[in-house]
Amino acid sequence: MVLDSKTPQGPLAEKWNKYKFDLKLVNPSNKRKFTVIVVGTGLAGASAAASLAELGYNVKSFCYQDSPRRAHSIAAQGGINAAKNYQNDGDSVYRLFYDTIKGGDYRSRESNVHRLAEESVNIIDQCVAQGVPFAREYGGLLDNRSFGGAQVSRTFYARGQTGQQLLLGAYSALNRQINLGKVEMYNRHEMLDLVMVDGKAQGIVTRDLISGEIESFAGHAVLLCTGGYGNVFYLSTNAMGCNATAIWRAHKKGAFFANPCYTQIHPTCIPVTGDYQSKLTLMSESLRNDGRVWVPKTKELAEQVRKGQVKPGDLKEDDRDYFLERKYPSFGNLVPRDVASRNAKEVCDGGKGVGTTGKAVYLDFADAIHRLGKDAVQAKYGNLFDMYYQITDENPYEMPMRIYPAVHYTMGGLWVDYNLMTSVPGLYALGECNFSDHGANRLGASALMQGLADGYFVIPYTLGDYLAGIGPKPVDTSHPAFAQTKKDIMDQINKFLAMKGTKTLDEYHRDLGLIMWEYCGMARNEAGLLKAKGLIQALKVDFWKNAIVMGENEEMNMSLEKAGRVADFIELGELMVDDALNRKESCGGHFREESQTEEGEAKRDDENFAYVAAWEFKGENTPSELHKEELIFENVKLTQRSYK
Amino acid sequence: MSGNMNLTLKVWRQKNAADKGQFVTYKAADISPEMSFLEMLDVVNERLVKGTQDPIHFDHDCREGICGACSLYINGRPHGPKQAITTCQLHMRSFHDGEIITIEPWRATAFPVIKDLAVDRSAFDRIQQAGGFISVNTGGVPDANEIPISKVVSDEAFNSATCISCGACVAACKNASASLFVSAKISQLALLPQGQPERYRRAQAMVAQMDKEGFGNCTNTGACEIECPKEISLTNINRMRRDFYNAKFFKEEEIN
Amino acid sequence: MGSLSKAFSSTLGRKLIMGLTGLFLSLFLVIHLIGNLQLFKDDGGKAFNEYSYFMTHFLPIKIVSYILYISIILHAVYALIITARNKKARTIQYAQYNGAANSTWSSRNMGILGTVILLFLVIHMKTFWAEYHWGGLPYVQYEMSLENPNVVTVTQLPFEGKELVHAEYVNVQNKTEVVVAKDLYFVVKDAFSNVWYVILYVFSMIVLGFHLYHGFQSGFQTLGFDHVKYKPIIDFAGLWVFSIIIPAIFAAMPIYMYFAQ
Repeated sequence: MVLDSKTPQGPLAEKWNKYKFDLKLVNPSNKRKFTVIVVGTGLAGASAAASLAELGYNVKSFCYQDSPRRAHSIAAQGGINAAKNYQNDGDSVYRLFYDTIKGGDYRSRESNVHRLAEESVNIIDQCVAQGVPFAREYGGLLDNRSFGGAQVSRTFYARGQTGQQLLLGAYSALNRQINLGKVEMYNRHEMLDLVMVDGKAQGIVTRDLISGEIESFAGHAVLLCTGGYGNVFYLSTNAMGCNATAIWRAHKKGAFFANPCYTQIHPTCIPVTGDYQSKLTLMSESLRNDGRVWVPKTKELAEQVRKGQVKPGDLKEDDRDYFLERKYPSFGNLVPRDVASRNAKEVCDGGKGVGTTGKAVYLDFADAIHRLGKDAVQAKYGNLFDMYYQITDENPYEMPMRIYPAVHYTMGGLWVDYNLMTSVPGLYALGECNFSDHGANRLGASALMQGLADGYFVIPYTLGDYLAGIGPKPVDTSHPAFAQTKKDIMDQINKFLAMKGTKTLDEYHRDLGLIMWEYCGMARNEAGLLKAKGLIQALKVDFWKNAIVMGENEEMNMSLEKAGRVADFIELGELMVDDALNRKESCGGHFREESQTEEGEAKRDDENFAYVAAWEFKGENTPSELHKEELIFENVKLTQRSYK
Repeated sequence: MSGNMNLTLKVWRQKNAADKGQFVTYKAADISPEMSFLEMLDVVNERLVKGTQDPIHFDHDCREGICGACSLYINGRPHGPKQAITTCQLHMRSFHDGEIITIEPWRATAFPVIKDLAVDRSAFDRIQQAGGFISVNTGGVPDANEIPISKVVSDEAFNSATCISCGACVAACKNASASLFVSAKISQLALLPQGQPERYRRAQAMVAQMDKEGFGNCTNTGACEIECPKEISLTNINRMRRDFYNAKFFKEEEIN
Repeated sequence: MGSLSKAFSSTLGRKLIMGLTGLFLSLFLVIHLIGNLQLFKDDGGKAFNEYSYFMTHFLPIKIVSYILYISIILHAVYALIITARNKKARTIQYAQYNGAANSTWSSRNMGILGTVILLFLVIHMKTFWAEYHWGGLPYVQYEMSLENPNVVTVTQLPFEGKELVHAEYVNVQNKTEVVVAKDLYFVVKDAFSNVWYVILYVFSMIVLGFHLYHGFQSGFQTLGFDHVKYKPIIDFAGLWVFSIIIPAIFAAMPIYMYFAQ
């Protein structure tokens, strides 16, 4: 099968506009004859559901949370990029496009990324019109800041909770459509499978998380907006409920999974304190602007610090290793996320880590406080320091902060074409759950931009083209495929409920996470990945034999919910390892140890790996088939990153 | 499991909405003070499951204090003994070894218990659906900088917008009033120029829905403001009142 | 009118009635207090009895007094309606409730405080107001020398089966100004010679103080008055004037009367 990305012809800057004109339209009076299913209510899902309902489509919207407003987009802190050039500092659509392509280490599609940059400006307008309270200057106009090492100030923000404010905007648009009766909202419903009719996506099967009822819903198209799969690693900055079940089951029904091994590890998270740790909290990477990263110089000193025999502040300058400043003199502590993360893990693996677990490095503000004064530091980072203090009970004004990298975002996801349609006709993927715009590494403040661009400004156009093609023939759940899918799900649930082993689901999840983190995280090598594959396969066998699932289906049952999610994570984990094995280059967020420069830095291999790896599911315990979509760069020149 | 705290938990267990429910006492041994409150419950649940008992159900998701899902009433206070945080941000070092901790669900007729400590807060969604929006369609909006907004007003709107819809205000209020939540939502849009065209319609619609959901009256005790994890100010409620009276007694907009 | 009744049947509208009536009653307290200060005058109750007559016979004040009665009734009835709704809003109580952590005791107990005040009002009005209107009180005559206003002769007029009338005239012969008035002062004196009565009054004024400590500023909030610029003034007045000074002076009256005898 040849993957057709449907990238329009013509000059880059004109592709999207011309394409929009070429797309087929649905007659206004026919729109109400179509039903669209939208799964997930984060930025992508809520914005898509609202925008499609505004156009006149009937929308059924689903989320596993008790309210659409709790989707994990809410937790994004930093901001959202847009090429408004309000600051007159040389920003443009092309520059945002270029930065994003380069930031993604040349592993994304030029056409998609340019469209994203074009639509970025509309997003800000839309959000302001909805009442999103972005930060402003005294003159009343919008404020911007530079973010994630960008050379221009193009990031719009709402204090430390841009994600929440943007989501509340999209949620309010969704609420308006619910009020108008155009969107039917299903809270606490988890999608468990995709229903295929005649080779097209035509509905979903869900479980009502309160009553346990297994229901099916029919629609002319299904939009998955279910977020990333970072929780494969057990510990991540994702919410506890974030899962891959919707996309994984769609994958098993034929949707290709692209670049699953592309995950982003964020360097400045609050470290793990013990086995019971359930999630990791991110702190804005702006901290690295003034904080200095270091560990004790020797293992012995580190040991003493860990045991509390020596206080970090008492260590002499000579006894400290400012490893980022040492290795990257020109960028220092401001090296990109992946470089900072990888080096932190390296020093900790080398026994120089701090904190009770030894899995942390210091981020020290003593110099900044000395240089700028405590008040200035407080003004800049006060809320982050408070958050840190709240969680760790340590005062960062007096003690250096402890940080450690954590899984933060997954660039991989379901393969989609330019229309955001997956390899299954009628099935779309929007936001983090698709692979499309961030290549092998996502820039700061770009995730919110992508989610909203997909939902507000891409899918309303591209979906119409598909719907106009299939026509407003009514769909309902009477087709035998619905009954069959429902039965398959019921069988699986009964299988889960019969599992009365000895090991809890969290224990399996934790084990999986450790395997993934150790062998398929920031740095990988072939031997490790092969080992991981074996470990995951063994874990899977053990899971189906020894896991404990409590309760029954006809009730709220967190154990049953978790069972399905962990089962899917295990399978997805194996595919991630396969993908990582296949990609024998270092690129973006990860370092393939076999592919490094003489100086030990990441070495990309454009000759052999400038493609999207899209995996096709071929059946249980059967190797997935790799399809390659070659990436063609007509506008940018591929360069190797260097931060020395 | 590392830890040196031994606690006694009195937890509300209720199989489903129809069940009467009761307190069940659990021993939580070897708890680390570094655990978050929810992690402590995770540990208790893991032990329950190993003993083939049904784990304690509670709502939670982001575990970083922003999604508003977690909602435990701990020792007589929503989100526990500390101020300006959610349950997931509460750590066990805020308790002492040997302490008896009572854990209850939010109690309000408008928030019926679903199971154990999880309650149904969809009333909040319905209030928002009644009018908590600005009626603009996607596209066709003016450039973002065509609407200058005073920084003071914008900041104040932001203060109101930080509400995470957790429902602690309702839980804390002796009358189970939702006024702080509703007024924060009304305020955010009432302060901004974009919200003006629908300002008085919105205030009436949202208050009407709030009343329909069966929340109590606000008697200005101020408990909500103290317990709000986002420190939403009581002044929002007074702003809502002004808009509501204005709408009802002086404006043309009339809705039921 | 349909829309107005709808407005007043919402939770906000009902509280508006509570706030308006409550603040009106607070204002009345000030007037009542100023009037009652006459009790402290050592004039055999002349000023007080004149004031009582004025309050019950001057038309505008009579109208206001009817508004006052309606306010008391509305305030009590709406308190009931509101409390009933609040109880319905939480039918299952918390096993452990730490209200002290987040609110004042007064604010959580307005219903109890209000009930005590209402009971007090019933006794208070029966003792004085009802007596004054229908009790067949004795009359008293004050003769004041026109030459020396400090010389006042007080004469209790015996009740002789027929109600006397209020009169004010100048006795040219004696060069005196004569006032014949219903002797409410006598009733007050009589009542406050009973130590239990004094205790009841002092206790009730303490309760009133707590009620107003929350009620006064809450009333303004309910009306929507809330601004960083004047909220401190309202809070200050609520605390010092309405919950301390006014109840304290009211409480001082029975004490004074008790010990003055």
